[in-house]
Amino acid sequence: MMKNRSWSLPLFFVLLCYLIIQELIRTEVINPYWEQVIQYSLIVTISCLGLNIIYGYTGQFSLGHAAFFGIGAYSSALIIKALHTENTVIFIIALLMGAIFAGLVAFLVGLPILRLRSDYLGIATLGFGIMVKVALDNLDRLIPMMGGSRGMSGIPKLTNFTITYAFVILAVFFLRNFVYSSHGRACISIREDEIAAQTMGINTTKYKTLAFVMGCFYAGLAGGLYAHLYVFLHPSNFDFLKSFDPLLIVVLGGLGSMSGTLLAALGWTFLLEGLRVVLPPQILDWRMVIYPILLIVVMLLRPQGLFGGAEFAFLRPRRITEE
Amino acid sequence: MVYGIVRLINFAHGDVFMVGAFLAYYAISYFQLPLAVAMIVSMAGCALLGIAIERIAYRPLRRAPRIAALITAIGVSLFLEYFCSLKFVFGPNYLSFPRPFRVVTWEWAGIHFSNIQIIIFVVAIFLLILLQYIVHYTKMGKAMRAVSFDQDTARLMGINVDSTISFTFGLGSALAAAGGVLYGIAYPQINPFMGIMPGLKAFVAAVLGGIGIMPGAMMGALIMGIAEVLTSAFVSSTLRDGVAFGILILVLMVKPTGILGRRTGEKV
Repeated sequence: MMKNRSWSLPLFFVLLCYLIIQELIRTEVINPYWEQVIQYSLIVTISCLGLNIIYGYTGQFSLGHAAFFGIGAYSSALIIKALHTENTVIFIIALLMGAIFAGLVAFLVGLPILRLRSDYLGIATLGFGIMVKVALDNLDRLIPMMGGSRGMSGIPKLTNFTITYAFVILAVFFLRNFVYSSHGRACISIREDEIAAQTMGINTTKYKTLAFVMGCFYAGLAGGLYAHLYVFLHPSNFDFLKSFDPLLIVVLGGLGSMSGTLLAALGWTFLLEGLRVVLPPQILDWRMVIYPILLIVVMLLRPQGLFGGAEFAFLRPRRITEE
Repeated sequence: MVYGIVRLINFAHGDVFMVGAFLAYYAISYFQLPLAVAMIVSMAGCALLGIAIERIAYRPLRRAPRIAALITAIGVSLFLEYFCSLKFVFGPNYLSFPRPFRVVTWEWAGIHFSNIQIIIFVVAIFLLILLQYIVHYTKMGKAMRAVSFDQDTARLMGINVDSTISFTFGLGSALAAAGGVLYGIAYPQINPFMGIMPGLKAFVAAVLGGIGIMPGAMMGALIMGIAEVLTSAFVSSTLRDGVAFGILILVLMVKPTGILGRRTGEKV
């Protein structure tokens, strides 16, 4: 009985939310522009959940998230373009392939550089991010379809609200179950104190790599969705400045808090887009001035992030109560 | 340099660099000041700016997790970039930096060099010596080194940690401004976003050489610069950044604390 109640309520809420938004899109209360914004915010959410695994839970400072986002985007777009298909099943397979490829690259890169600590790791990942961007700029010499610095165009628009929404729910579901498993606990212990974790017999290299690969898998997945939403890819969309965005969101939401990341990612996208609508045209230039000011103010008032490690009830495991 | 003392990645450094270049631009083209005076004016202005940034955005967060300060640093950086590209501030366009003198090139033993390169070289050496003097032979420098070693103990010894950190920020920002002016002379084109790459590279060079070690920072900068120039000369200029950062990663793998860095054991 207990089990049923704890699951049915959030499930009901999730479905209700989906139906409402889907209905609003169908009846065109939400215009296509805002539909795109909604999907983008969900994609950002997936990518940020990924970074939350790496930085929020395992404490590994990564500044190269956009690179993995880009790898996922390019590889899934390549698959779809090479196959000339618009089949949804193949699309989902291509998305997963892109994500797996991002995870594979993360594994190869992560194995050596995850030995580095804190800021040095940040710099190494940052360097990797810049290398990926340079590679994307030049890869059209090998694979002409990728377009290099001219950008990759002609990707079919396959991402829709249903798929994005489903992937967000799956991502949250997996992350929640991961974090509260023994693997997740191992990751958290590394964040708290790496040496102590090692002394307790935790294979820190293994778990750091695992978290890094998982986080980059999420990023790759989000990248694939992004590619088929905006149907145009350009290497400058994946440079290191873009790696700061997920970092901002994860920290704003509160490190190691899924609820915080979810809310911050949605809020961040809607804030940036909303300012575009709210501000009168003559001070539209101020949009990017107001945004950092808000950022600084929030950080000064709540240095631990909006949620500061707290979670919504349905994302927490049930207390084990005595019968 | 600031980084070594406060252990904070100052992403706004590159933007202070940009403001420095713009201040010098206005000093030269509107007030007709000679280059040396313009440079001092912009260094002073940026020192004030740096102190203000520290006071507003970083000081309240000194006891908070370091990442919070990092985020405000990114915030400050974005703020400076976009605020400065507003029309009544500096404007979003490229401006051409006035050259107060003519470019003269000489050739000596097959090597071309211009008076601009000589000026940059001389100024850089001069500033490095000045910096070494301040850090090693003045009371403030001693305080700076103490704070970088251990903030709490430094405070117990009667050092005013707040004013020391403020001073460090001022000094670092003044140096960034000097860099911006020199950059403006060498590549006479400035815009509000020009600080991003140099700021990043300054930071990377500092890490490459070993954090908080000044000759290390200089060495790191040289290695990065030479690697970039050699790649653009012999391989391909589009691969330039990739190779430079590849070297960075390789170095960090072999020596995780930078070329001149000491290996510090972690105490449990």
